[in-house]
Amino acid sequence: MVNFVKKYYLIILPVVFIVLIAQVDKYDQLTTSGTFGAAIRLAIPICLAGLGGMFSERTGIVNIGLEGMMIMGTWFGAWAAWMYGPWYGIMAGILGGAMFGLIHAVGTVTFQVDHIVSGVAINILAAGVARFLNVVAYADQPTKSSTQSPRIDGEVGDFTLPYLSGGADTPSLFGYLQDLDIPFISDLGGLLLGATSNLSYISIFALALIPLAAWILWSTPFGLQMRSVGELPTGSESLGVNVYLMKYIGVMISGGFAGLAGAYLVLESSGIYREGQTAGRGFIGLASMIFGNYRPLGIFMGSGLFGFADALQLRSDDAVHGLLILISLILLIFAIKQLIEKKYTNASISIALSIAFLIWFLSSENVPSEFVYFTPHITTLIVLSSASQKLRMPQKIGQPYRKGELN
Amino acid sequence: MKLSLKFTTLLAPVFALIVAFGLSTVMLYLIGEDPIETFKIMYDYGKTGKSIVSILNRSVPLYISAVAVAVGFKMGLFNIGVESQYLMGALLSAALGAAVALPSIVHISLIIFVAILTSALWAAIAGYLKVKKGVHEVISTIMLNYIGTGISAYLLANIFFEKVELSTTAPQTDLLPETARIPSLNGVLGIEDLPNLHGFIVGAVFVGILYYWIVWKTSLGFDLRATGSSPIAAKFSGANPGRLTILAMMISGGFAGLVGMAPLTGYFFKYTTDFPSGLGFAGITVALLGRNHPIGMAFGAILLSFLERSAQILDLYDVPKEIEKIMQAVIVLSVVVAYEVVKRYVTNKQIKEASKVVADG
Repeated sequence: MVNFVKKYYLIILPVVFIVLIAQVDKYDQLTTSGTFGAAIRLAIPICLAGLGGMFSERTGIVNIGLEGMMIMGTWFGAWAAWMYGPWYGIMAGILGGAMFGLIHAVGTVTFQVDHIVSGVAINILAAGVARFLNVVAYADQPTKSSTQSPRIDGEVGDFTLPYLSGGADTPSLFGYLQDLDIPFISDLGGLLLGATSNLSYISIFALALIPLAAWILWSTPFGLQMRSVGELPTGSESLGVNVYLMKYIGVMISGGFAGLAGAYLVLESSGIYREGQTAGRGFIGLASMIFGNYRPLGIFMGSGLFGFADALQLRSDDAVHGLLILISLILLIFAIKQLIEKKYTNASISIALSIAFLIWFLSSENVPSEFVYFTPHITTLIVLSSASQKLRMPQKIGQPYRKGELN
Repeated sequence: MKLSLKFTTLLAPVFALIVAFGLSTVMLYLIGEDPIETFKIMYDYGKTGKSIVSILNRSVPLYISAVAVAVGFKMGLFNIGVESQYLMGALLSAALGAAVALPSIVHISLIIFVAILTSALWAAIAGYLKVKKGVHEVISTIMLNYIGTGISAYLLANIFFEKVELSTTAPQTDLLPETARIPSLNGVLGIEDLPNLHGFIVGAVFVGILYYWIVWKTSLGFDLRATGSSPIAAKFSGANPGRLTILAMMISGGFAGLVGMAPLTGYFFKYTTDFPSGLGFAGITVALLGRNHPIGMAFGAILLSFLERSAQILDLYDVPKEIEKIMQAVIVLSVVVAYEVVKRYVTNKQIKEASKVVADG
C-alpha cells in the first residue's frame, strides 16, 4: 500500500484534491456525471487520434499530419453523413483520413522526405482541400458557406447500461450513488454514470477499437511485424518482412483512426462541419500518445485527462476556476518533492508559482473565458513537461529506411 | 559539377510548379471550369500595376515569417509557433506604440524592439521546454499558439481596450500616432498613381541580409547549422546544444516579431481582432518552398502572394477561388518530394563519380 502510494502519488493526490474541491458547491461541476459524460465524448476523438499516432509511430513514421487527416475526417464525415447518413459518414471519414495517410506514406516511405516536413505539408494540404471541397460540394445549397457544411440530420442511437445506470427504465445504481452526496462515493458514482449512460453506438464502436488496437499490435504476427519495423527494420527485412508495406499499412491505419476521430467530432459533438473545429485535437492526440508511452491503455488515460480538461472548458467556467487551486496544490507537491531532492532553485520557483496561482484563485471570481478556452492546451503542455522523460519510444522512429541499407 | 548541382536544385521547384498546375487543371476540369481560361484570367489580373503593388505588400510579412521558420529549420528545429509569436509581439508593440510620444525614428525603433522582444521571449518558452523537459517543439509551439491566441484576445479586450457601454466597436488598440508610421515608397519611386507600396519592404530586404549574415557568417550560425546537420559532431566541436536550442528559438521568435510590423506600421496602425492572421503558417510553406535560402524564400513569398492576389478575381467569374489554397498546398508537398528526389539523384551521381575516380586510381 505504501509502495503503491509512493509510486502513484502524482495521480492519487490530484484526484483526491479534485474530489475535495468538488465538495464546494460552486465547483461541484468538477465531478458530476454530466462532466464525465462530456469528458468521455471529448476524450474519444483525442484517443482515436492518439491510437492513430501509435500505429504510425510504431512502424517508425512520425505523424504530425494527424491533424490534417483529422480535418479530412471531419469534412468527408460531414459530407457523407449529410448525403447518405451517419454510418456512411463514419466510413467516409475513415477513408478520407486513410487517403491522406497514404499521401504521408508516399512522402515519407517512398521518397523519404523528413517526417515532420511531410506532416506539416499534409496539414496545409488538408486545410486547403477541405476549404475547396466545401465550396464545391455545397455550391447549390441555400445555406452555402466556404467554412461550414449544412446541418446533418439522422440519429445513430445511444445506449445506457440497464440497472447500473438506469437504461431502459431500470433503476440506476450509479445515479443513486451520485445523489448520496458522500465524498468519493458520489463522485465515483458520477464518473461511472457519466461513462455508461447515453453512449452513442459510434462511441461504443470507438471505445471497442482500443482493445482491438492493442490486440492487433501485441497479439498477432501482423502486429509483431509492424512493431519490428519501427524497432529494427534491417532485422525485419532479413526475416522476410516487407518493411515498406508494413510502414504503408501503419501510416494508413493511422490516417484511418484520425479520420474516424474527425468524423466522430462532427457526428457526436457539433452535427455540422466547421472549419477549424479540430482545434489542434490531432496534436493533442499526439501528445496523449507520447504521454501514454505509445501504448493503448496509456493513450486512453492520457486522452481521458485532456478530455476532462476540455469538458470543464465547455461546461463550466466555475469549475475551471476551481482548477486554479488544484494547480496551486500540485505545484506545492512538486515543491516539497524538489525540497526533499535538495533542488532548491526549482523548489523556490514552484513555491512562487504555487503562491501566484493561490493569489489568482483568491482574488478572482472566475477565469476569463479567453483563458478557459485553452485549458486543454495548457494541460497538454504541463502534463508533457512533467511526464515526458521516462519514455520508451520505438528505436528507429523518424529515421528514413532504404531497402538494402545497413544500419 | 558545382553548376550542374545548382541546376538540378532549381529543377525541383519547377517540377513542383508543373505538378501543382497539372493537379489544379484536373481539379478545375472536374468541377466543370475551363482550366486554361482560369489561369489566363488569373495571370492577366495578377500582372496589373495595382496587383503588383499588392503582391509586393503581401509578400513582405510572408517573407519575414518564412525567415523566422527557416532559422529554426537550419538547426533542425520546427518553429510552428510563429503564428502566436508575431501576434503577441504585434499586440504589445501596438499598445505601447500608441501610448508614447517620441521622435519618429526612436518611436518606430521602440515599437520594433518591443515586438522582437515579446516574440522572442514567447518563443523561448518552447526552447526551454525542449531543453529542460524534453517536450518536442512541434507540440509545444502548437499548444503555445492556442495559449497565445487566448492571452492576446484577453489582453486586447480587457487591458488595451476600454469598452464603451452599448458600443459595438470590436476590441482594438488606439491608433499609432504619425511618428510611428512608416511612409510608403510611392513618392520615392514616382508611382503616385498606384496604391501604396509599403516602406517596410526595405525592412524585409534587411531581414533577408541579416538572416544570411547570422546563419552563414557568424560562429553562432555555424554552430546552429552544425547542430542541425549532425548534433553529435557539433557537441564534440564544443557547441552547447541546450543553450543553442533556446537561442535558436529566440532568434526565430525575434524574426517572427517583425512579421506583424509591416501591417502595423504600414497600413493597420492598430491591433484589432481582424489583424492579419495565418501569416505564421504561410511562412512555413514559403520556407519549405524556398529551401531556407534567403533568395529562394523571396521568390516563394512572391509566388504565394501572386497566387493569393490573382485568385481574388476568380469570384467575378464564378470559379471557386479556393483552388488557390490547393495549388499552394500541392506546391509545398511536391516541392519537398522533388527536393528529396533531386538530392538523392545528386548524391548517387557523386558516389558514382567518386568510385570511378577511385577505380581509375
